[in-house]
Amino acid sequence: MAVLEKAAGNETLLEVENLKKYFLAKKGMLSSQTAWLKAVDDVSFNINKGETLGLVGESGCGKTTIGRTILHLYEPTSGTVKFKGRKIDKHSIKTLRRHMQIIFQDPFASLNPRMTVGDIIGEPLDIHNLAKTKNERKDRILALLEMVGLNPEHANRYPHEFSGGQRQRIGIARALAVEPEFIVCDEPISALDVSIQAQVINMLEDLQQELGLTYLFIAHDLSVVKHISDRVGVMYLGKLVELSPSGKLYKNPLHPYTKALLSAIPVPDPNLSRSRKRIILEGDIPSPINPPSGCRFRTRCPHAKPICAEAEPVLKELEKDHFCACHLFDS
Amino acid sequence: MQPGKNKHDFNYILGLSITSLVLLVVLTGFFYTPYDPNKMDAALRNSPPSLLHLFGTDNFGRDILSRVMKGAGTTYIIAVSIVFVGASLGTIVGALTGYFGGWFDEAIMRLNDVLTSFPSILLALVFVSVFGPGSYNIILALGIIFVPSYARVVRSEFIVLKERDFVKNAKLMGAGNFRIMFVHILPNTGRVLIPSLLIGFNNAVLAEAGLSFLGLGVQPPQASLGRMLSEAQGYLLDSPWYAIAPGVMIILTVLGFSLISGGLANEK
Repeated sequence: MAVLEKAAGNETLLEVENLKKYFLAKKGMLSSQTAWLKAVDDVSFNINKGETLGLVGESGCGKTTIGRTILHLYEPTSGTVKFKGRKIDKHSIKTLRRHMQIIFQDPFASLNPRMTVGDIIGEPLDIHNLAKTKNERKDRILALLEMVGLNPEHANRYPHEFSGGQRQRIGIARALAVEPEFIVCDEPISALDVSIQAQVINMLEDLQQELGLTYLFIAHDLSVVKHISDRVGVMYLGKLVELSPSGKLYKNPLHPYTKALLSAIPVPDPNLSRSRKRIILEGDIPSPINPPSGCRFRTRCPHAKPICAEAEPVLKELEKDHFCACHLFDS
Repeated sequence: MQPGKNKHDFNYILGLSITSLVLLVVLTGFFYTPYDPNKMDAALRNSPPSLLHLFGTDNFGRDILSRVMKGAGTTYIIAVSIVFVGASLGTIVGALTGYFGGWFDEAIMRLNDVLTSFPSILLALVFVSVFGPGSYNIILALGIIFVPSYARVVRSEFIVLKERDFVKNAKLMGAGNFRIMFVHILPNTGRVLIPSLLIGFNNAVLAEAGLSFLGLGVQPPQASLGRMLSEAQGYLLDSPWYAIAPGVMIILTVLGFSLISGGLANEK
């Protein structure tokens, strides 16, 4: 496995520091009052070179926003993102685009329906002038198609002629065209059939080994994240509540929210499944426009104490490499 | 699904047949007409349809069939030019406003609203009375009046499409705004742009006919469908065939293109 290499090269590729992204939201149709939707609120983490950081959480918790803010699709409200020590802003992003790519969730929306597959994959080459001649461009496109398990003759077809899994492969080939070092995988398999999911995941892993890629893997499916990630971050309502190496997180989750999430993973064994205690969370996820005071999870937390409403818990290293933001571990 | 492949597309096929027939007549008119469309013959004034003159002759003894063939050609060229001017300017305006949004969008679209709030024929009348009648001025006047409708169609498509993942991805790859607008978004607006081009052509034919009917468009002796109708109105009771031929031509043109654009819009 690549674990050894990763341990050896503990070089930080991406640093996210106190990242905040607020969206302006109107309070009702006629009201001129405005409010801020806190999609990402003060999140910090690092991603090391060659590793996969999984990011999980339910819909609306801000995981996609983090991915897109890192790539500067959204201007961060405050906080910084550094790629190889270089701050990402309006100016530096132009030269950094080549090194950072994204794979989108919906393979039906992410490919231009009026372009052939060859042109879709070739476009990044054109933009960054990576192919000097027509033949070089063609060879590169064919090599990329082969890399993701498609045939050379697919280059002249249009996206609608492909299945979801094949389209996702095209999206991956396009992301790889510029030889990036870092790829944000924004729920790349959520829209695919279960039978195809494993293929795509395995391909992503193979490509990572082959090309030394670093992934930020965003998903809401914990079992998939467990499989692919070296470390996992759990998000709740715009906050990172737990960050840990993936083995530790699954063996010994600390945050009550993580425990609830893990207990919701279906087990393919009916007996075990019956005896297992499921933690059912009460209520709905609160609105990110007006989040609860103190700990944001307190309204649904089975262990909430008075302090949870008063002070916001900070992310603390409770075990080696295992961070958690919860008042239950205050000593 | 391809248009014309199911039963509901009967209208589409009918429209295609009518339009091809009309286009055939018009295209022939550019190379061959039975008689010289502008040759007058005092002996043949207002003669009813006969084997020699299928649609009869007008008050100057000119062959009406020849004049309809030639005149429809003139009308079509003007209509196509109007649509070209209107659609290309409108597309640029719509693309810029839809893509960039913000105060720029607001300002331009309010200007658009002002332009649409006038009845278009009135605006064309003002324009023509300032700059004088004639084919070129008509093309310019009506072309500009057509800009807002295309700008609106294109703008709304741009607003929808610019949020799509493939556009976001192009941005991420480092594609410039120009490339995103015209390589990624514009080709995807065809679905709504092409039917509106056809409808625009119809409106342009009607508008040209209207202006020429009022004597502001094509100048005599050049023939155009509206011009002919305008000349025919004095002889409506004595020689109705004079008005019928150009009138039917306009109706067939408009009907054919409407049916086609309807069929294209239904295509999913």
